[in-house]
Amino acid sequence: MNSKEVIAARVAEELKDGDIVNAGIGIPTLVPNFIPADLDVFLHSENGILGVGPTPEDDKIDENIINAGKKPVTVKEGASYFDSASSFAMIRGGHVDVSILGALEVDETGQISNWAVPGKPVLGVGGAMDLLEGSKKIFITITHTTKDGQPKIVKQNKYPLTSLRKADLIITDLAVFKVTDNGLVLSEIFPNSSMQEVKEKTEGAFYIDEKLKST
Amino acid sequence: MDKTIVMTKAVSMIKSGDTLMVGGFGLVGCPLKLIKGMEDTSLKDLTIISNNLGEPGKGLGRLVLQKKVHKGIGSFFTSNPDVVSAYQNKELDIDLMPQGTLAESIRAGGAGIGGFYVKTGYGTKIAEGEEVRYIKGEPYLFQESIRANVALIKAHKADRFGNLIYLKSARNFNPIMATAADLVIAEVDEIVEVGDLSPEEIVTPHLFVDYLVLAGGD
Repeated sequence: MNSKEVIAARVAEELKDGDIVNAGIGIPTLVPNFIPADLDVFLHSENGILGVGPTPEDDKIDENIINAGKKPVTVKEGASYFDSASSFAMIRGGHVDVSILGALEVDETGQISNWAVPGKPVLGVGGAMDLLEGSKKIFITITHTTKDGQPKIVKQNKYPLTSLRKADLIITDLAVFKVTDNGLVLSEIFPNSSMQEVKEKTEGAFYIDEKLKST
Repeated sequence: MDKTIVMTKAVSMIKSGDTLMVGGFGLVGCPLKLIKGMEDTSLKDLTIISNNLGEPGKGLGRLVLQKKVHKGIGSFFTSNPDVVSAYQNKELDIDLMPQGTLAESIRAGGAGIGGFYVKTGYGTKIAEGEEVRYIKGEPYLFQESIRANVALIKAHKADRFGNLIYLKSARNFNPIMATAADLVIAEVDEIVEVGDLSPEEIVTPHLFVDYLVLAGGD
């Protein structure tokens, strides 16, 4: 598995039977590939689908079935279509159990930035703020550092915040952090990494779970 | 009663300076024939309420290239670089809204609601200057509802009264836009006889729809 697949596979372990899940663009789109077949997990797409299925083969693409990233998808048995106002009533109204989102940065309190870059015109927000506001749980999937090696978990975000609401869980290609009222807690280090590497590549402060200290 | 008209007649009802709602998420569920018809007119200074402004050289993106659009109101314009450059060249105004707030503003506009309070965006850059009200101890932003002069929507099938059904995820903003404009023109793939659509399957009842244009017709 490449590093993005490692992240997607790990976040899939957090999903439970019956969960309504919205998966954003980027790494989150890989998550459905790792959901165990014996779990009924229902994927919600902002543009008006509950019950999104796998990506179709090229010769089976239906141009009228796309996800929020405007990519062709399929629907599963039991799926439904609805208008955009109903879709966001589901999101803001607290009917979506989990949103799995990418981010440009996460600060040490768990607040995220994933919609605007300073110095560039701010012309797109989409459903990012609604998902962060209304989902029962927010799982953030990010590579631990940027392509230039800069930490994405920082003391303070330099990009504009998406919401004051904090994430619940942050999963990177190196480690897992829980977000608590006291700040970030490192709860897991993947076998390909080490405590030293996580410390070196994380700018924001974090606590270390007792379980990790004892091993 | 038959609401079917030809495309050129439909387009002739739009005036320069009008505010238009245009259905679709990207190009899916977008009334492409009506938009194409607008390309061949002298329409200008349009305000367009739509989730996106098309894609490069496609759909509403063509009207942007023709400089017919004065302002875009929507949630996601970054996927069309032509929109970004028109904005940077100060040829185009943009009013950016979270997608859920956009959808609810349209729904409210069609339902006779003047405005509402919503949590989305509170404390972010998008909320600068907005009215805040605490409800049950939680902060909400005030959002006015929106309406348009004309809504151009896309449905799959209509009967001659103007009852509409939609196809798959091409529904998106279309049913709510059908409620929120003074004049509503629906582009459809097929027009069937009254009675051919079951009352249970009709998504947009005919009272919301003024005119029908066949996507594959004149």
